[in-house]
Amino acid sequence: MRTAVAIFPGSNCDRDMAVAIKKITGKSPLKLWHKDTEAPNLDLIVIPGGFSFGDYLRCGALAARSPIIKNIKNHVSRGGALLGVCNGFQILIEANILPGSLVRNKKLLFTCRETTLEVQDSIQSPFLSSFNTGDCLNIPVAHNEGNYIANNELLKELENNGRIAFKYKKSSEIETDYNPNGSLNDIAGILSKNGRVLGMMPHPERSINSLYGGTDGLKFLTKSIEQIVG
Amino acid sequence: MQKRNLELRDINENEYIAQQESNLDQALGMGLSKDEFELICNKINKIPNQTELGIFSAMFSEHCSYKSSKKWLKTLPTKAKHVIQGPGENAGVIDIGNDQAAVFKIESHNHPSFIEPYQGSATGVGGILRDVFTMGARPIALLNALRFGSINHPLTKHLVSGVVKGIGGYGNCIGIPTVGGETNFNKSYDGNILVNAMAVGLAQKDKIFYSAATGAGNPVIYVGAKTGRDGIHGATMASAEFTESSSEKRPTVQVGDPFTGKLLLEACLELMQTDVVLSIQDMGAAGLTSSSVEMASKGGLGMHLNLDLVPIREEGMTSYEIMLSESQERMLMILKPGSEEAAKLIFNKWDLDFANIGEVTNTGRLVLDKNGFEACNIPINPLVEDAPEYDRPYEILQNKKIIKSDDFQSNQTLNNILIKMFESPNIASKKWIWEQYDSSVMGDTILCNGKSDAAIVKIHGTETKKSLGKGIAMTTDCTPRYVKSDPIIGGMQAVCEAARNIAASGAKPLAITNNLNFGNPEKINVMGEIVGSIKGISQAASTFNTPIVSGNVSLYNETNGQGILPTPVIGMVGIIDEVESCLGISAGNNNTLIILGQKQNFTEGWLGCSLYQEIIIDDFDGAPPPIDLKTEKQIIETIMTLNNNKLLTGAHDISDGGLLIAICEMLFENRLGLNVNLPKALMSSNSKDHLLHSWCFGEDQNRIIISTNESDKVVSLLKENLIDYYILGTTNTSSNLNLNELDTISIKNLYNINETTIPSLMDTYKS
Amino acid sequence: MKVEVNISLKEGVLDPEGQAIDNTLRNLGYNNFDNIRTGKQIILNIDETDENEVLKQADKMCQELLVNIVIENYQINIIKDK
Repeated sequence: MRTAVAIFPGSNCDRDMAVAIKKITGKSPLKLWHKDTEAPNLDLIVIPGGFSFGDYLRCGALAARSPIIKNIKNHVSRGGALLGVCNGFQILIEANILPGSLVRNKKLLFTCRETTLEVQDSIQSPFLSSFNTGDCLNIPVAHNEGNYIANNELLKELENNGRIAFKYKKSSEIETDYNPNGSLNDIAGILSKNGRVLGMMPHPERSINSLYGGTDGLKFLTKSIEQIVG
Repeated sequence: MQKRNLELRDINENEYIAQQESNLDQALGMGLSKDEFELICNKINKIPNQTELGIFSAMFSEHCSYKSSKKWLKTLPTKAKHVIQGPGENAGVIDIGNDQAAVFKIESHNHPSFIEPYQGSATGVGGILRDVFTMGARPIALLNALRFGSINHPLTKHLVSGVVKGIGGYGNCIGIPTVGGETNFNKSYDGNILVNAMAVGLAQKDKIFYSAATGAGNPVIYVGAKTGRDGIHGATMASAEFTESSSEKRPTVQVGDPFTGKLLLEACLELMQTDVVLSIQDMGAAGLTSSSVEMASKGGLGMHLNLDLVPIREEGMTSYEIMLSESQERMLMILKPGSEEAAKLIFNKWDLDFANIGEVTNTGRLVLDKNGFEACNIPINPLVEDAPEYDRPYEILQNKKIIKSDDFQSNQTLNNILIKMFESPNIASKKWIWEQYDSSVMGDTILCNGKSDAAIVKIHGTETKKSLGKGIAMTTDCTPRYVKSDPIIGGMQAVCEAARNIAASGAKPLAITNNLNFGNPEKINVMGEIVGSIKGISQAASTFNTPIVSGNVSLYNETNGQGILPTPVIGMVGIIDEVESCLGISAGNNNTLIILGQKQNFTEGWLGCSLYQEIIIDDFDGAPPPIDLKTEKQIIETIMTLNNNKLLTGAHDISDGGLLIAICEMLFENRLGLNVNLPKALMSSNSKDHLLHSWCFGEDQNRIIISTNESDKVVSLLKENLIDYYILGTTNTSSNLNLNELDTISIKNLYNINETTIPSLMDTYKS
Repeated sequence: MKVEVNISLKEGVLDPEGQAIDNTLRNLGYNNFDNIRTGKQIILNIDETDENEVLKQADKMCQELLVNIVIENYQINIIKDK
């Protein structure tokens, strides 16, 4: 299993993701530096969270124009699996690998808290095929610009073609604030047309231990990696 | 260097002016006194030019020289077996076992945060992080102690919003979790808010970097962001009271860039993996001045710098401006000669400026060249060693009036008081604040913010087969109204509460960093508050063997003569050997709650200086609750013993608001209920009875509530060790707090009030 | 030549920041406005003397990086020194 984590100036969650991957596979992932123009063949590339280039201009805008992105796009067109978490999701959108936009949280505040994700009825994808529609995962978020928006046309295309991976869900009847950022239709993550690219705002790498953070993130990453290798 | 006299045609006009002789008026304008100006002229045997004068004014400012407090800071206990580095360096260093060290410090950014709350607090966070990683430690956690004015004051919400955004803006971007702290509101801070930022980092014990310059001829290297005109005279602003014209000082506030901060952190830590860094210091208050002077002074050496080589981002900067600029995200280093090129590669990789700007000398002088002329040539000693140290007159005022429960005429039921307490922003949940901070980045946060009394962060890489590893516990504490009433007791209490919080989370208290925030030390009672609280802190710190290893003093927190409540914040760090044994505040169902440190027959609680008193009379009065250091130590050792024997499910210390508030906070998460055992003497009280109120809301010290599933074993251990205890009762799912069925106290209702108080005050978003 | 790029949100894209500013202005007593939209401005010197070439260069930069074409509009002005 050949995995790599892409690192940009300002990426923060690369170590966290590497720790999670090592826990699952027994091996640390390769590091791809933003200035690299070449990379070996890989099964899975993860673009981790953080504040690449300080979030300047727009979140992920500058990172999406880095030399390494060309390589990542080639990996995708070869059918490689690609996971973008939080800032990683923002970078995938800015790089036009995934459609739509991620804008400021509706309440205009950074938010760090637990969320409940509901697996949606989606196309075949190594990231979700081990789950059933309606399965729930408790995974934390921490972001300022996680509000996914799309025009009607795009929204229809995503919904009709099973490209919505997760939606934020109420964890109890009395909960009103279950969507942390006001995203359209509570969208928390979306898939590419071939299901092998997933962009998600929540941080699975922060949920890998029963003592703190829970283990739903570990479950998700483990099953994803099993499917990618398998 | 050109030896002929400088003429206007030689250099730009502003630099020419900077190199002209100064005068007394200019000295006074820079915050120096007449005596200080004369002292300077005598010490250097000439009248300083303006650049030289600027350098002196920065180094002699209260913020840099600690002239009003130094004499008393020297009396703090700073040594212990586990202390590797005490006060005097960029941060304190303690041994935490496994060949590792914890590096930590707390620092204030009060005045800039009042003027520009976002940037003021953001740069406060940036600065404290640099103080930690300059020692070779990767920062692993941030905490902050915030004090704002009355919630109804017109500026308060704007300040709260800006400060919280600024702390989050910097900490989140640089990727270090903000895991704890405290936020209080009081009208004494209306014109002077307090923003104290604390950072904790981890380093290898034998790879700590210090700031003393070494080796005449060694290169002096500048790295980081370019220098601009930010914050010139920021140090002198921090040392002066605010007046009407303070809003004109807006352009002098520094602007931080957390992205560059992150690059600088990574580049420095990468360079420190090699052996070429001989000494290093960050450029904080008074920028290049304080770093070059302090590094040279500590090494007993001098420096010769060429200011034309300093990377600048503005045109035509003078020697004065370059030396006093407080542009952020810059470090000064002394490297092994010959290593400059290799070091430069690392900084270029991270897109940071790297400039060789001069060398260490053995002249003991600071010599600065600009545009081919000597802009500064002064001896270093008078700047640091000979900086003034004042012995200001003081009077420690101690309020000895004991407030009795029947001094009150509240006519309020228990339920009403509880509602009022949770409607007070001082008690209510601060979730609105901490959700704006990323508390789980770096993947090691075990407990944080409202979940436990102290934050616990795992020490990366200490996992073993049977444990996730060791953890660092940290907290900040202070009860300013106690300090105002009696500075000595107030100082003691801050340390005691911090130690209780560390112990209640399952950790052992180790050491302190303190941020002493006070008003104008030239006032005899304010100086008394400083001296008194230092005395109290010393006594308590000695009792717990938690020496002070670093800290900061912020004085002149006054506006138009109105000063803040004396606020000596204690930042304490502790160690937990196995993070699995950490304790949160929430009780489980069917757990027994027991108060450690409370006698069976205790009935009259201490209401003097309590939040209960503040709710009833909108003010505080009387002596604060007394402190018995011996008992405090006992209680802390007891809870550690109980936890080592795995007898506890949770723990929460009793502080602001007293017993009933602490009980509610333990019941909230699971919306539990409790039938409270009342002492016999209170069994026939009615809900408005003041003696009962004093038992419920008194702020008597040295008490921690524990929750347990093994109450028999707990009680047996307590009896064996002669520890006072009181069994409150066993939790249930009724969600009602029942004291002899006097009131219907709905925990669900109080929980909702607790959760919504601050959001309803602060949320501007209307859906 | 100095160039100013004004970037704004496309009509119909949610602007929560604009909304928040709207609320606060009304709370301060202003009621004589509507439709607040926030945006940003980028100013730069382009090393060209021909105006058409300058506009062309600036436009390319907008298309490639400065503007999020999906949700933003832009407008380029040449700043003439007075």
